[in-house]
Amino acid sequence: MASTIRVRAVAGSDNTEVQALVQHPMDSGFIKDAKGDLIPPHYIEVIEFQHAGKAVFTAYWGPAVSKDPYIKFSFKGGKTGDDLNISWVDNKGQSDSLVGKIQ
Amino acid sequence: MRRLIVIRLAAAALLAASATAALAATADDFKAALAKAEAASKAAAALKNQWTTTADALKAAQTAAAAGKFDEAVKDAQRAEALANASIAQAKEQAATWQQAVIH
Amino acid sequence: MTAKHRTAAINGTVFFAIAVAAIGAQAARAANTVDPQADFKAFRAYFTKRFPKVPLSDFVNGPYSMDAGLRKQWIEIDAFPPYQFALDKGKQMFETPFPNGKTYADCFANKGIGIRQNYPLFDTKSGEVITLDVALNQCRQQNGQPPLDYTKDDMAALTAYMAYTSRGKPFDIKIPDDPRARAAYQKGEEYFFSRRGQLNFSCASCHVQSAGQHIRTEVLAPALGLVAALPIYRSEWGGMGTTSRRLTSCNSQVRAVPLKPEDEQYRDVEYYLSYMSNGLPISGPGARP
Repeated sequence: MASTIRVRAVAGSDNTEVQALVQHPMDSGFIKDAKGDLIPPHYIEVIEFQHAGKAVFTAYWGPAVSKDPYIKFSFKGGKTGDDLNISWVDNKGQSDSLVGKIQ
Repeated sequence: MRRLIVIRLAAAALLAASATAALAATADDFKAALAKAEAASKAAAALKNQWTTTADALKAAQTAAAAGKFDEAVKDAQRAEALANASIAQAKEQAATWQQAVIH
Repeated sequence: MTAKHRTAAINGTVFFAIAVAAIGAQAARAANTVDPQADFKAFRAYFTKRFPKVPLSDFVNGPYSMDAGLRKQWIEIDAFPPYQFALDKGKQMFETPFPNGKTYADCFANKGIGIRQNYPLFDTKSGEVITLDVALNQCRQQNGQPPLDYTKDDMAALTAYMAYTSRGKPFDIKIPDDPRARAAYQKGEEYFFSRRGQLNFSCASCHVQSAGQHIRTEVLAPALGLVAALPIYRSEWGGMGTTSRRLTSCNSQVRAVPLKPEDEQYRDVEYYLSYMSNGLPISGPGARP
């Protein structure tokens, strides 16, 4: 099955700039469906980006983050060809991960 | 003297109460108001120019009537009829005047 | 007669004369034959004159052509577009054969690639305007498949892919020499400029009169190029939306009960707006706030 994570990481002289788009419903648990029943909460709790065995970005998301979240950040280091490990876990215990290549 | 005032006040209150009771809407009053409102709403829908607030007012009227609140139901039905008539007037007016808005 | 009475009498006569002239002019305009080319020129001139700094092809970017701050955010978002998932899904849907072995490609010219700019078109056989969405459901029907919901994600995904294959291609909407086609065009024009809903807005109220201005926090897109970016991922929706989704939600926002998706009036107004955008490039699928 296709990954839920799309990533584009570009290495600069000092920093690597990372953009990622994650496919996830991010249901807050407060919205009702067409029948009037609450859609149960289903959201990513933690997403982590690792480079060379070290976490370069960790986000504790939750019900306040909207559907299909987009993330952009940069970290010191990283060079073209390096691996970037991304993984997330949601409140239902589901998870996904991806190994991206820094361009 | 005070007893007389109290009696007069009580009599007035009784009169007022019975007068209000005589003016209160009945289920039949609601049926008549609803029929008029639905007819107007149908005409608006035929012109493809129904307002969402018309539909909401009709629904409110039905809900109030179901709860036995006929005064409220009649008011809602009359509001729905007025809104429907306004939307009909809008459709007719726009059909005659839209050309003036076109960029020439 | 006193001076006051005389003035009143003169005012009354003048007013009456103007009223008669106005009604006369209105009747004259209504009796004119439909002239889409003249409308097109006037429409184009209005927007290019009003927004002289906007390059013609940039109008297809809607609010981003009107507001520099929004544009900066859009350029960042577009590097990693929110419609990406729909686009991938659309490509997969488009390339998956029906149970009978045929594909969408068999229903369209050029195998369905790079043809979005030709829609809507006027079908002289049925005497109706056919939008791309309707054409896709017709294709499904011809191949024994149930129709897709016009407002929902599958239709949006499919049209997103088809728009993507047409990116940059100029709108090429034709009005055949058929009185029914001209009538459909004019009905679309009428829909666009007619006020509706309890809030009494027409499409033009926002997209002509108030183009480039704000409605609450949104910047209003100009009517020129308005349909070029469809289908769109709208942050407000947290998802994709087709033309049908946009038109029905616009209707309810002005407190008008929406018509059924792809109702004749909706197809006619899409026809009108697309014709007005002839020559402008397809920019879909789009991302909007």
